[in-house]
Amino acid sequence: MGGSYGSTLRYKSVQRLKPIGKHTLLGAGGEISDFQEIVRYLDELILYDNMWDDGNSLGPKEVHNYLNRLMYNRRNKFNPLWNTLVLGGVKNGQKYLGTVNMIGVHYEENHVATGFGNHLARPIFRDEWHEDMTFEEGVKLLEKCMLVLLYRDRSAVNKLQIAKITEEGATISEPYAIKTHWELEAFKNPATGAVGSW
Amino acid sequence: MDMDWMNAPHSMGTTIIGVTYNGGVVLGADSRTSTGMYVANRASDKITQLTDNVYLCRSGSAADSQVVSDYVRYFLHQHIIQLGQPATVKVTANLIRLLSYNNKNTLETGLIVGGWDKYEGGSIYGVPLGGTMLQLPFAIGGSGSSYLYGFLDQAWKEGMSKDEAEALVVKSVSLAIARDGASGGVVRTVVINSEGVTRNFYPGDKLPLWHEELPLRNSLLEEASSEAEPMHP
Repeated sequence: MGGSYGSTLRYKSVQRLKPIGKHTLLGAGGEISDFQEIVRYLDELILYDNMWDDGNSLGPKEVHNYLNRLMYNRRNKFNPLWNTLVLGGVKNGQKYLGTVNMIGVHYEENHVATGFGNHLARPIFRDEWHEDMTFEEGVKLLEKCMLVLLYRDRSAVNKLQIAKITEEGATISEPYAIKTHWELEAFKNPATGAVGSW
Repeated sequence: MDMDWMNAPHSMGTTIIGVTYNGGVVLGADSRTSTGMYVANRASDKITQLTDNVYLCRSGSAADSQVVSDYVRYFLHQHIIQLGQPATVKVTANLIRLLSYNNKNTLETGLIVGGWDKYEGGSIYGVPLGGTMLQLPFAIGGSGSSYLYGFLDQAWKEGMSKDEAEALVVKSVSLAIARDGASGGVVRTVVINSEGVTRNFYPGDKLPLWHEELPLRNSLLEEASSEAEPMHP
């Protein structure tokens, strides 16, 4: 939920996860103003789709395609929307997870991440993700990764939300903070063996 | 993808602080060392011993501050042998100043010297970037210090007790950690007075909670923390 301004942790309750229609969840890293604009575009898209009143609704694949076009066309005009987007959803029993970024690179995968998550979280996912995890296992895995990011990403703040999307719909949790661990013996007097250093 | 952090120099961003009280000094620092946006060390010790009675808070370039402190420790030990008694804080600060000033074009490190000697009691010297040396009742430094000027203008008082001074140092560093991305981790303090030196350690999860910070819990799946809430100032 952090929103940095250079090296200042300026805003600590930024909504970076949003539901889109009935079937999709969108999360973003990067420039918050651009993300908010993207959400406006998508809300308008969903609205117009609903106005047809034909029983159809835009699912995650359609939204992904729209976003890909949006991001790539802006990139071609040298005026990108400075975001990495993570898109998840379920429609007609089919699960979907994908990503689009500011230069238009897009793909579907079982685990995606933005920013430092690509370096720190995805290796953990590669080891520990498996098909048919329960919700609880999923939460535990995500929290494990968020903890590493909290330790090692300068722009991280200890406030997170977990969002879940199923056939029934989307829920986004209330913000909460996770425990951190500092009482390792080695941390207490790290310079004992080498006075003057770390 | 921004990969500059892989080649960025180790910087200690940092929040450092030194405060005098009636009887000695309290030095404080955070413990985050970063390489660009990556936290290379989340439990660094930025308060470095120069002699038995004088310590140094380091900020800025990790390499530059380490090498300056190593040189000063070396010179000081020779000085002590020749002098036949413990070094004074002023002499230490001046040695730091000489290195910082004469190498001002190459070095990038802000330092706070604090200690106790029999002539002046407890004293604090700030030696910022260009090699200025200033004796001060309290000094702050590092990127996190920007967030503390207003706070300390209001909260610092003459003649505090040891416990008041240490509480102020912990509160200050903790507030800076809350807002400076380049500061984080644990708060380390060093208290120096006529009786000697005491090192303290305040883990990140035991610091007070500030605006928009939430109580810590094990997981979304478990209820709120069973531990008592951290201390309220």
